[in-house]
Amino acid sequence: MAAILEVKGLSAWYGQSRALFDLDLTIEQGGVTALLGANGAGKTTSLRAICNMVRRTGTTILDGADISRKSTEDIVRLGVAHVPEGRGTFVGLSVEENLRLAFHIRRDRKAAERDIEKVFAYFPRLKERIHQQAGTLSGGEQQMLAVARALMLAPRLMLLDEPSFGLAPLIVQEIFRILRRINEDEKVSMLIVEQNAALALELADNVYLLETGKVVMSGPSAMVKDDETLRKAYLGY
Amino acid sequence: MEFFVQQIASGLTSGAIYACVALGLVMIYVSTDHINFAQGEMAMFATYLAWSMIDAGVPYWVAFGSTILVAFFSGLFIQRVILKPLETAPVLALVVCFIALLSIFNALAGMIWSFTIKQFPSPFPRVDIFGNGLVSAQQIGVVAVTLVMLAILTVFFRYTTLGLAMRAAAQNAASARLMGVRVSWMLALGWGLASGIGAIAGMLVAPIVFLDPNMMTGILVYGFAGALVGGIANPMGAVAGGFIVGVLENLVGSYIIGNELKLSFALIMVVGVLLLKPAGIFGRVIVRRV
Repeated sequence: MAAILEVKGLSAWYGQSRALFDLDLTIEQGGVTALLGANGAGKTTSLRAICNMVRRTGTTILDGADISRKSTEDIVRLGVAHVPEGRGTFVGLSVEENLRLAFHIRRDRKAAERDIEKVFAYFPRLKERIHQQAGTLSGGEQQMLAVARALMLAPRLMLLDEPSFGLAPLIVQEIFRILRRINEDEKVSMLIVEQNAALALELADNVYLLETGKVVMSGPSAMVKDDETLRKAYLGY
Repeated sequence: MEFFVQQIASGLTSGAIYACVALGLVMIYVSTDHINFAQGEMAMFATYLAWSMIDAGVPYWVAFGSTILVAFFSGLFIQRVILKPLETAPVLALVVCFIALLSIFNALAGMIWSFTIKQFPSPFPRVDIFGNGLVSAQQIGVVAVTLVMLAILTVFFRYTTLGLAMRAAAQNAASARLMGVRVSWMLALGWGLASGIGAIAGMLVAPIVFLDPNMMTGILVYGFAGALVGGIANPMGAVAGGFIVGVLENLVGSYIIGNELKLSFALIMVVGVLLLKPAGIFGRVIVRRV
């Protein structure tokens, strides 16, 4: 399978302290890749570095085009939708306005209108809350809104930063079911960062294990799932 | 009774001008969280441009329109060239920068057009519309221009995607970038709009107070009062606040404390509102579930 995103020698810094050390990742077209690791392993930083939200070096190639030096906005416009840590809700805008914000960069107005309906089909709960101020949504609903907003950008690649964070298990399962459907029906490739390793392994085809800013292991998720020593050493279950 | 109605009418007229100034302040506040102290002087400078055009024989409304355009692009330019490099600077550095802009525009206007006062034409006749000496066409015109501008801005922010992108950028810049919004251009656009609105305020007030480089100083204080009374984060509130300040200032001035103390009344209102209802009368506290 071809790669939608190739990351070579990615390093990142927060001020003086280095958070990533020469990361190499290959995200396959149409697949789901999970980035696992403990707190502080550099998972969120990797996603931020791909989108040029932190100081970084290294090469990122999206579908054959070098995006290493592009601004965050331009990377998004090229089809990379980042669902950020903390959900990034526009709390003072209504649910509908949160979604319609994507119209600002969509040139295909008609398709974008259809996408709103499509997004509501994935997340019927958001449709019920369409005129509500987004800040009043529950945590789970805000996470759904974050995924829905990303979907409105008609992305080729979705970067998901801990979609399970702070949510009840039932909601988490619902969201992961929907992510699976989005991956299959919309052919959106995904790179997902998770603390909840068991859940991510269910969804992902490939896995990278990070430890203190370095890749310590990578391979098909089935392999990690079946290897008890690996699971115990790095994932703690 | 007649005197009372006259006071209300002239209060609404000055209120309309305060509303414009307040709206300009709000525009920059919501997009950057800063108070632009140079708002008044930028408006004054734009008014001089309009004066020069009219003086050279350009028809009034052509001069009016082109001044707004020039002011818009100057505001854009100021943000891109002067303020963008200061994006990460501490807020005090910005305050100094705004005060510098204030004195630069003031001095520049004095240098180019001299500090002597000039008469500025009004497009509205000073005729008495209802024939009872209470309300002039000039007063109605000033209020109408302000309301039309407010309507245009409301439509822009509520119903266009560019307006939506500006609001999103103001609320959560990081998240707006992840939606592909070029946040720093949205701030520049906010400056352009504020500058254009300021130009309108300047051109409306100049026929009433005469044009001179210091004409906006007092008006800026009333504009502040209007913005704070109505809620500095809320355009509609700021306009309502401007009208409230205009009317109250006039009534309190004529009936209670006299014209000399009017400006201090504006300051009392500011302090009062900040003590009792810091978000302003119409300010909305954004609800956030955590």
